[in-house]
Amino acid sequence: MLNSHYCPHTPEEIQEMLSVIGVASVEELFAPIPPALRATTFNLPTGMSEFETFSRMQAIAGENSQGMTHFIGGGFYDHIIPSVVDHLSGRAEFYTAYTPYQPECSQGTLQALFEYQTAICRLTGLDVSNASLYDGGSACAEAAMMALRVTGRSRIVVDGCVSPFSRQVLKTYLFNLDVEVVEIAPQGGLLDRAALAALLDDRVAAVLIQNPNFFGSIEDFSGLADQVHGVGALLIGSVYPISLGVLKSPGEIGIDIAVGDGQSLGNPLSFGGPSFGFIAAAKKYIRNMPGRIVGETVDRNGKRGYVLTLQAREQHIKRHRATSNICSNQGLCALRGLIFLSSVGKEGLADLARLNRDKAEYAKARLSAIPGVSVLQASVTFNEFTLVLPKNAAAVVAGLLEMGIAAGVPLGDYYKGFNNCLVVTVTEKRTKREIDLFAKELEVALCI
Amino acid sequence: MHLIYEQSTPGRRGVRLPASDVPAASALPDTLLRAEKAGLAEVSELDLVRHFTNLSRRNFSVDTNFYPLGSCTMKYNAKVLENSAALFTPFHPMTALLPGGVDFCQGTLGMLYDLGQLLADITGMDEVTTQPLAGAHGEMTGIMLIAAYHAAKGNRAKKKYVVVPDSSHGTNPASAAIAGYEIITVPTAPYGDMDLELFKAAMSDEVAAVMMTCPNTLGLFNPHIKEISDIAHSFDALMYYDGANLNAIMGKVKPGDVGFDVMHVNLHKTFGTPHGGGGPGSGPVGVKRALIPFLPQPRIVMDGDGKLQLETANPGTIGRTANFFGNFGVMVRAYAYIIMLGREGLIQVSEQAVLNANYIKEKLKGHYDLPYDMTCMHEVVFSASRQLEHGVHAIDIAKFLIDKGYHPPTVYFPMIVKEAIMIEPTETESKATMDAFIEAMIEAARTAESSPQALHDAPLTMPISRLDETKAAREQNVCHIG
Repeated sequence: MLNSHYCPHTPEEIQEMLSVIGVASVEELFAPIPPALRATTFNLPTGMSEFETFSRMQAIAGENSQGMTHFIGGGFYDHIIPSVVDHLSGRAEFYTAYTPYQPECSQGTLQALFEYQTAICRLTGLDVSNASLYDGGSACAEAAMMALRVTGRSRIVVDGCVSPFSRQVLKTYLFNLDVEVVEIAPQGGLLDRAALAALLDDRVAAVLIQNPNFFGSIEDFSGLADQVHGVGALLIGSVYPISLGVLKSPGEIGIDIAVGDGQSLGNPLSFGGPSFGFIAAAKKYIRNMPGRIVGETVDRNGKRGYVLTLQAREQHIKRHRATSNICSNQGLCALRGLIFLSSVGKEGLADLARLNRDKAEYAKARLSAIPGVSVLQASVTFNEFTLVLPKNAAAVVAGLLEMGIAAGVPLGDYYKGFNNCLVVTVTEKRTKREIDLFAKELEVALCI
Repeated sequence: MHLIYEQSTPGRRGVRLPASDVPAASALPDTLLRAEKAGLAEVSELDLVRHFTNLSRRNFSVDTNFYPLGSCTMKYNAKVLENSAALFTPFHPMTALLPGGVDFCQGTLGMLYDLGQLLADITGMDEVTTQPLAGAHGEMTGIMLIAAYHAAKGNRAKKKYVVVPDSSHGTNPASAAIAGYEIITVPTAPYGDMDLELFKAAMSDEVAAVMMTCPNTLGLFNPHIKEISDIAHSFDALMYYDGANLNAIMGKVKPGDVGFDVMHVNLHKTFGTPHGGGGPGSGPVGVKRALIPFLPQPRIVMDGDGKLQLETANPGTIGRTANFFGNFGVMVRAYAYIIMLGREGLIQVSEQAVLNANYIKEKLKGHYDLPYDMTCMHEVVFSASRQLEHGVHAIDIAKFLIDKGYHPPTVYFPMIVKEAIMIEPTETESKATMDAFIEAMIEAARTAESSPQALHDAPLTMPISRLDETKAAREQNVCHIG
């Protein structure tokens, strides 16, 4: 009878319950389903114990190659995760709760999300944050839709240096909405400011940029915000949160809506998810924000507490007129982000950002010293940079994978004419020894 | 409780970073640097641990309290699922996208492929994409697939509407709106399902899709579902199945068998993955054969040698709805859950979820109004209208239950039921737990008659009493200042 040990009833209890209901069998409860509609096949395998299940999962994990040294990013980054992140987010009171609809018995989640929103505001230099979105790509799309609502316009201009994955997600989201997405081809791994200037007019709802961009370039966006605001458009910036330990904040750049992927903040690579998307904006745009927002208030005794607020924007109230369709977000991943940021702290995040850049600069010097190899961008870079190789980067990467080195992301699949270009990522986790070995193997690979 | 920022001391650190083994890079130009460091917390590791441990104690959760939050399927989350997910944390998603990279990711790609096959069997669909990151994200993806289907037939401009019953989840119309559709809402009939005659009247060649939850949000299985599908198909409208309530019917009905063309599955509901205080969820989308050409990419396919490959150059695709392969860690948990429970286990899950809901329905229907008094599936919707005669609202009963140690049921949803109280016990709760909950519900009903003020005053046992939501909305204090 007990095929699932997670169903606790004994046969006697089931009988007792059936007699309360007044039916003879559990099957009778399915009588509302007409016989003609019933499933005729159900071919799943037989169940197993949790021990056998875990062994099977170990075997599956073992089918992936282990111990790869990552010089790849592309939106997901191999960063340190302090032990406290797993332990505290692993408190079942956090991870087995749901959306805090009942604030009195959900203050743990609500206060944590308020602290998360505060961390995101302080990191981005903007006024308001929501309680998380799905990922960096969908956050770009949500920001674009927010700008469409704010401006009432229908054109989004996107820098081609923005992650190709995020640009694809954005295009998929906007495809059915009578919105024109115009992309600006990158110029040497940087935003083509002349092309942007030519595109700016009163039809543009927003301009989407990324910093550092997909090539790894850090741009000097001085004057950009004024230029974009000059035609009444909003500036949306996708940012890499670790870089904000040192780089100019979106608020300082004049960005109206900042977005990004929170994976690098305490969320493991985990083959691409779950991570979280963050979004922050100037306060005047709060009613156009998507998703859950936690606000501070007081209880009947004047005691401080937290609630989900401005819910009239959301799908469960506004239905098709909601600011977004999002319901479940990535709350636990956002909590991990908060714990990560609070563990690393104010000074630590700056140190971590510098450490990333130091390692990357060392690797950049080492790799670009290989005969025939140069660096694409004239600009400074953070922890990623683009190498121009003397041969097709895809073939080189495939060869180095066999050596256990994920050498970087070849750009040929994403940018026409960039077949020899390779974006290399170097986080704080990469040792000098690993970098030196990579340089040696790359040199060998280029000689073949 | 103090905020983490109120416990900060300048210069204090929670973790030591690795020492650098490379020379320091030359400084970045000032024009690129932030003027001030971000005002993050500065606390010791112990301060941090106490803070978040104590915060966690201010939550009700499945592991600490019965959590019959209707429509959310708050079942127990097996611990082996957490251990399983931890096995997969080192794998970088970009590896699979590198030239030759799939060779190094056969385990993870294979698991996604197998999960798709298992879900296809459970749902009666032909192929599943695991990319959508939550239920609503799945809905949006599914409706975009439908839009692509109509566009491919040259009917995009003609097909303007998506039909939803008024009992639908709010995400349904919100998701359809992102896909560019206008919404037609069909009222619910006294028999608890979408009014069949009004549905027929709403249908036309301009309808692109009909979105249904079955069993619906009243917990009722619509016996006319096949007829509805046939009518929709006669107008070349596709049927979308909102999988939020799949927990009721595993092994009993396959949506794909009864006329549905596209559906999402909420892995965090039906397949036992934790809800995370609001997420992450995961919303794989299953489709019938006609919609496969439009699936998001990269699409995981098996070649003739049984090797997993990524298809990335499909001209018909709607594109990409997430950066990589979806919420992979959630899918590991769901996959482990499915193979652990197996065929018989999943059937038993649905049977006991339905048994538990009907048990609670029978025990409470003498005490609360039951607007749709019939055999329910996995959840039951009562109304507090009888208690309202004493000035007691559904929210007051909810707050009373908090004092009794229960997370309240969903209240005020579905909106078509006045003072709705939506109870979904799930299959993992014991009879003893439900009996105690039933007692608390009966006590609430009695208290509503004898001393309504006691319900208005609840909760009294929590760290805080009822909160001023109007003040929160007015002041919009969403970021700590100071």
